[in-house]
Amino acid sequence: MEKTIFQYSSPGRIGVALPALDVPETVIPDQLGRNEPIGLPEVTEGQAMRHFVRLSTMNFNIEQGFYPLGSCTMKYNPRLHEFLARIEGLAAVHPLSSDSSVQGTLEIMHKLGEFLCEITGFEAVTLQPAAGAQGEFAGLLLIRKWQQERGEGHRNEVLMPDSAHGTNPATSTLAGLKVVSVKSDEHGRVDVEDLRSKAGEKTCAFMLTNPNTLGIFESNIEEITGIIHDAGGLNYMDGANMNALLGIARPGDMGFDVCHLNLHKTFSSPHGGGGPGSGTVCCRDTLRPFLPASTVVKTEDGYMLRDRTGKSMGRLLAFHGNVGVLYRAYAYIRTLGSKGLREVSEVALINANYMKTRLKPYYEVPNDDGPCMHEFVASGAEMAKKGVKTLDIAKRLLDYGFHAPTIYFPQIVKEALMIEPTETESLESIDAFVDAMIAIAEEAEEKPHLVTDAPVNTPVLRLDEVKAVKDLCLVEPVEYE
Amino acid sequence: MSIFVPNGKTQRERMLEVIGVGRFENLLTPVPESVRLKGELDLPSPASELELQKEFKGFAARNSSADLVCFRGAGVYDHYIPAAIDNILTRSEFFTAYTPYQAEVSQGTLQSIFEYQTMISRLTGCEAANACMYDGASAVAEAALMAIRSKRKNRVLVSGAVSPRTIDVIHTYLDSGDFEINEVPFGTDGLIDLEAADKLAEGGVAALVLQYPNYFGSIEDVQAAADLIHKHNGLLVVAADPVALGVLEAPGKLGADVVVGEGQPMGVAMSYGGPYVGFMATKSAFLRKMPGRIVGRTEDRAGNTGYVLTLQTREQHIKRAKATSNICSNQALMALANVIYLTLAGETGFTEVAKQCWHKSHYLNKRLLEIDDVADVFDVPFCREFVVNLPVSAETAVTAMAEVGYLAGLPLPGLGEGAMMLTVTEKRTREEIDGFVEALHQYIKGAR
Repeated sequence: MEKTIFQYSSPGRIGVALPALDVPETVIPDQLGRNEPIGLPEVTEGQAMRHFVRLSTMNFNIEQGFYPLGSCTMKYNPRLHEFLARIEGLAAVHPLSSDSSVQGTLEIMHKLGEFLCEITGFEAVTLQPAAGAQGEFAGLLLIRKWQQERGEGHRNEVLMPDSAHGTNPATSTLAGLKVVSVKSDEHGRVDVEDLRSKAGEKTCAFMLTNPNTLGIFESNIEEITGIIHDAGGLNYMDGANMNALLGIARPGDMGFDVCHLNLHKTFSSPHGGGGPGSGTVCCRDTLRPFLPASTVVKTEDGYMLRDRTGKSMGRLLAFHGNVGVLYRAYAYIRTLGSKGLREVSEVALINANYMKTRLKPYYEVPNDDGPCMHEFVASGAEMAKKGVKTLDIAKRLLDYGFHAPTIYFPQIVKEALMIEPTETESLESIDAFVDAMIAIAEEAEEKPHLVTDAPVNTPVLRLDEVKAVKDLCLVEPVEYE
Repeated sequence: MSIFVPNGKTQRERMLEVIGVGRFENLLTPVPESVRLKGELDLPSPASELELQKEFKGFAARNSSADLVCFRGAGVYDHYIPAAIDNILTRSEFFTAYTPYQAEVSQGTLQSIFEYQTMISRLTGCEAANACMYDGASAVAEAALMAIRSKRKNRVLVSGAVSPRTIDVIHTYLDSGDFEINEVPFGTDGLIDLEAADKLAEGGVAALVLQYPNYFGSIEDVQAAADLIHKHNGLLVVAADPVALGVLEAPGKLGADVVVGEGQPMGVAMSYGGPYVGFMATKSAFLRKMPGRIVGRTEDRAGNTGYVLTLQTREQHIKRAKATSNICSNQALMALANVIYLTLAGETGFTEVAKQCWHKSHYLNKRLLEIDDVADVFDVPFCREFVVNLPVSAETAVTAMAEVGYLAGLPLPGLGEGAMMLTVTEKRTREEIDGFVEALHQYIKGAR
């Protein structure tokens, strides 16, 4: 338990030494000024450090232990990147600087764009989207603008499998489009006949994660993308699972027309407790005219930042994207090169298949009809019948010193446990995790209360989410002296 | 074997044996041969850590903008960033944690967000805040959508004195839906024309979007705008500069229903446009229409205080197509930078920063007006940014000032060839301000 920062406050304390005012004062008119104090805490630097360091010790993190969070690609984040992104000449640059005065940054952005196009098999790119969901939005707008120009603005349906990430349908709504859900077959792949029956003259796009959210490669991918193209729609790939495909297969070669990449997953930017990420979007050359502002072009006079042009979708952010994240992705690709990137995916696949094989005698793995890609989904449905839910298993893993997998997603699997080891875990740590999972399965049989009472070795015991909603408390109550 | 992959030949062979496939290629059977990449990706050869450091220093050296003394703002400000911020941000525990889905091992992130929500709500004068948005501009667009949901009206009014970049983002977010955006002109004083807004609001609108201080630095009458739009049963969305709120009355206290803004000025590097962070605060009544993550206080099984993500039934992972927004990953680490900044500066320091910005920008303004034929474009109170008209082209003046080491203000050609918008933060010394004024004066004399 750590007090809130407000409870350390005492009038007059300050945590940063500011320069003295060295110009004459100008009166701030009374009627414009604040009537009462803001209510910010007043502490010294030492008190602030102690507070935030204490808080930090209550966080699990990838540099502490294994984080098998499916679809989130929690891999190690190289420390070199933090040094690079903080170089003064990169960090202290105003976004409205003239192009000639930011040639270094524009060169990185341009080269990164080329790398990512090569990796995905596309020709055009925008680095502006702040996160995967904003990349999806940009991708759907690209498709929509292209269709509108061809007089096909009536296409207002986005097809997606029932296993899609929640952001896919939410993004479709934001883009003013209707969601049409496509069934999964008994192996967890897109039901091709259901897709065929739903694709038609209203089809704007098909959104697909590949490998899908079950960690399964869509083996019928060419047939799938062909069905959509024949119906006049375009194919969008949610690149959340790109960690499975580096140097192995490219979305552009599978019949996709657009895809977003989560640079904070596959390309190793740290997740920062929820962000920042980057949702770079790569696409075919035909969609280039519709890209948002802030694309970089190489000219004889150097690199130029292009603002939104006539056909552009406009602007997703005020400025040019999460540039600091772009530096890290550039450094990651430069460190690994083509062989190193291929190795990332190869080992991610080996690690996931190894875990699946070891866990299968203890946990059901539905839809298992061959090798998985970089992740797989197990089910706790059998244990749930005996009173130990997937949520309990997740909490018990915390006691064993591991982060939990992604749970209850995808929704097509009951009591789902979505497990992604990534390539940066050693055989030893994977074995230790599997051993813990096996021990929990045994506990569930013999001493289920150990699981249902979990966690007990964490900074707090299981938290009451219902109370949080019922007795809503979102801010510290104001207490003026 | 790369430095990031611990499983080498020995381990991989053992694992493949356990899997029962013998060779790695056998794991690729689900991937049809026809879509597999033939050959290798065409990428540069791998670089060592030392080589990358040199390469990046080369890139940095080609960013001459970083060496200029900055008088440019337009939504991004060159403030001092206390050293302790990065120290905390780069701690593994904050830096390499995922979204706090497992609350029991994420109390550090969750409590810091709770403190962030508290500080943002106090700064904006609103009852509640969310855990953050991508940036200030996308936060404004999301606020407009939130108003549309709350009021079930498809039209919003946007002041023409809102940043043109923000207006672009509102269009990008709203144009694909069945929504209408009407721009309210600003008067010769640079402030929103409330009479025009009144007429445009007839027939019902979801919201009026106002910037405070506005794009030109002028201080809008938030209370009057609130009274007007409430009369039409719409919401007032205010895009506020957080540092200005260190001296100006909080918009929430002046009738604003949703207050959003760009958090960059609170401890986040300019970094050529990002990562930044948007904040969003509102009245309790509109909480359930709000996008983004929200942290709430609760108790554990033993009755100890703890924090969790709450009101999640608004969000995409539960509500899918009916979610209040598609946002998932946000800019959490930058929100943490904000909360550490507001803690270190505190009540005294933060208001001092705001006051220094006020005094120094007014000092620059007065000094510039001493130059012959330099005049204010608008004759209303400004906060920390202002527009002057130069007797020369603002564009060419910017180029000339860069040659002598200054990033001059932003040219605003829409207000005239000589129009330049300038800002001064607490980082600028009187010597730097005087030096800039003198250099600009000399340039103007020479150019005429």
